Amino acid sequence: MKKLAIFLFLLSGLQVVSAQDDLLKMLDNESTGPLYATATFKSTRVINGQSVETIAKKHLDFRISHRFGALNSGFSNLWGLDESRIRIGLEYGLTDRLMIGAGRSSYQKTYDYFAKYKLLRQSNRWFEPVSIAVFAGAYTNTMPTSPDMKFYNNLERQMYVGQVLIARKFNDRVSLQLSPTFLHRNKTESQIDENDVFGTGIGGRFKLSKRTSFNAEYFYTVKKIGTAYVRDPQYKDCLSLGFDIETGGHVFQLHLSNSRGMIENQFIGATTGSWGKGDIFYGFNISRVFSFDKNAKKTHK
Amino acid sequence: MKLRLLIVFCFLFGKAIAQDMLIARNAQVSFFSETPLENISGLNKNVTAILNTKSNDIAVKMQVAQFEFPNKLMQEHFNENYLESDKYPVASFTGKIQEKVDFGKEGTQTITAKGMLNMHGVAKERTLTGKLTITKTGATLACDFTVPLTDHKIEIPKLVFEKIAEVITVKANYSFVHFESKK
Repeated sequence: MKKLAIFLFLLSGLQVVSAQDDLLKMLDNESTGPLYATATFKSTRVINGQSVETIAKKHLDFRISHRFGALNSGFSNLWGLDESRIRIGLEYGLTDRLMIGAGRSSYQKTYDYFAKYKLLRQSNRWFEPVSIAVFAGAYTNTMPTSPDMKFYNNLERQMYVGQVLIARKFNDRVSLQLSPTFLHRNKTESQIDENDVFGTGIGGRFKLSKRTSFNAEYFYTVKKIGTAYVRDPQYKDCLSLGFDIETGGHVFQLHLSNSRGMIENQFIGATTGSWGKGDIFYGFNISRVFSFDKNAKKTHK
Repeated sequence: MKLRLLIVFCFLFGKAIAQDMLIARNAQVSFFSETPLENISGLNKNVTAILNTKSNDIAVKMQVAQFEFPNKLMQEHFNENYLESDKYPVASFTGKIQEKVDFGKEGTQTITAKGMLNMHGVAKERTLTGKLTITKTGATLACDFTVPLTDHKIEIPKLVFEKIAEVITVKANYSFVHFESKK
C-alpha cells in the first residue's frame, strides 16, 4: 500500500514535469485544416511529358529546351553536339489551378498550345490521396509540303492530345505519375499508322538531395487493337532518363531520351529512335519562373 | 477507499484541468526576412496555442507547410529546401511564463516565456518576450522574436541566386479563449 502510494505520487510528479508536452498533445486534437502536398515534381514537365504541376497564379514560366543530335552520329558530328533542335515556350498561370502555354519547336517547325487544369490536390485527408490534372494540347506542323508529307489543306497539319495526369507524392523523395493519353493526328506521316494513338505514360522522380532529383519516364502506346495493328512498327515507345537541378530561380532538367521531339505528338506519336541502337538524344530544359503578381511584392510585415 | 482518493488526487494534481486552460485557434504567425534582392515573408493562419493559467505553461504548435507566401516559388523553396516540411512537418514552442499573471484581472503586461523552440527538427532553448492582455473572454498575446537560421540547422546553400538573410524576424498574434473540450 505504501509502495503503491509512493509510486502514484512519483507518477503524478512525472506528469507535472511533462505538463508542457501534455499541452502540446492536447493541441494534436485541434484541427488545423488540410495539408496539401507541395512540389510533387520540381517543374511542369517530368522530362518530356507534362507533370501534374501547374504554374501558380500570375506567374510566367519561360522555358527553353534543347535536344542535340543522336549519340550514335559519330565523331564528325561530335556525337550529336554539332546540332540541336529547340523549343521556346511561354507558360502562364491564370489561376493557381489553371495554366495555359504556347511554344514553337524547330523540330518539324511545330507550334503548340495547351491548357492544364488541376482537378484535385493531394492532401492528408483520406478523399484526396492523389493529385489529378487534365491536359489538352493542340499542335500545328508548319513544314512546307513535301513528297514525304503532303499537306492538301491546313486542317491536315493539326494534331490534338488529351491526357489525364494522376500523381502521388509518396514521401519527400518519391513521386510517381500515371498519364493515360489520347493522341489524334489529322494526317499521319506513315500510311500504316492510324490517326488515333492510345497510350499511357509512367513517370516518377527520386530526390537525390534537396535540389536534385533523378527522373524517369516511359510512354507506352497501344500497338494492336484486337487483331489489327494500329501503329507503324518503325515507331517506338519513348523512354527518357534525367536529372532535375534546381538553383533557386531556375530548374535545369538534363536528360537522355530516344525521342528528339519535345512535344506530345512527337515523343508519344513519332519516336523512331531506339535505345538499343544508340539513337539517344542528349537534351536539357531550362525553366525560369517570373512572378507578375503585384501582391507578391507585398509582404506580411 | 484511501487508495481511490489518492488516485483521484494524483490525477487532479498531475493533469491539467480543462477549466484552467486557454486556447487559441487560428492564431497568426508570420515571418519576415529582408534581403538585398527581395523581401521574403510568409504567414500561417492556422497556428494553435494553449495556455495553462494555473501552472503558466504554454504550448504553441503549427504546421510548417501552412505558411503562405505571396510568391509561390518562395513557398515551394521554403518547404522543399529550407524547412523540409515533409521531414519536419511541425514547429512548436513549449515553455513557462516566468512572471506572475493574474488571469482574473483585465490588463496588459509584458511577459517572458522560457522554453524550447522546436523547428526543422532542432530544439533550442529560448526566452521569448511578449505582451499579454487579459480580456473578459480570455487573453491576447503578441510576440516578436528573431530566429538565427543556424540555430536550427537550416542551411543556406552557396548555389542559389536568391539571397536569404541569416536571421529572420517572427511575429505572432494569439487570441485565447476558454478551453472547451470538443467531446
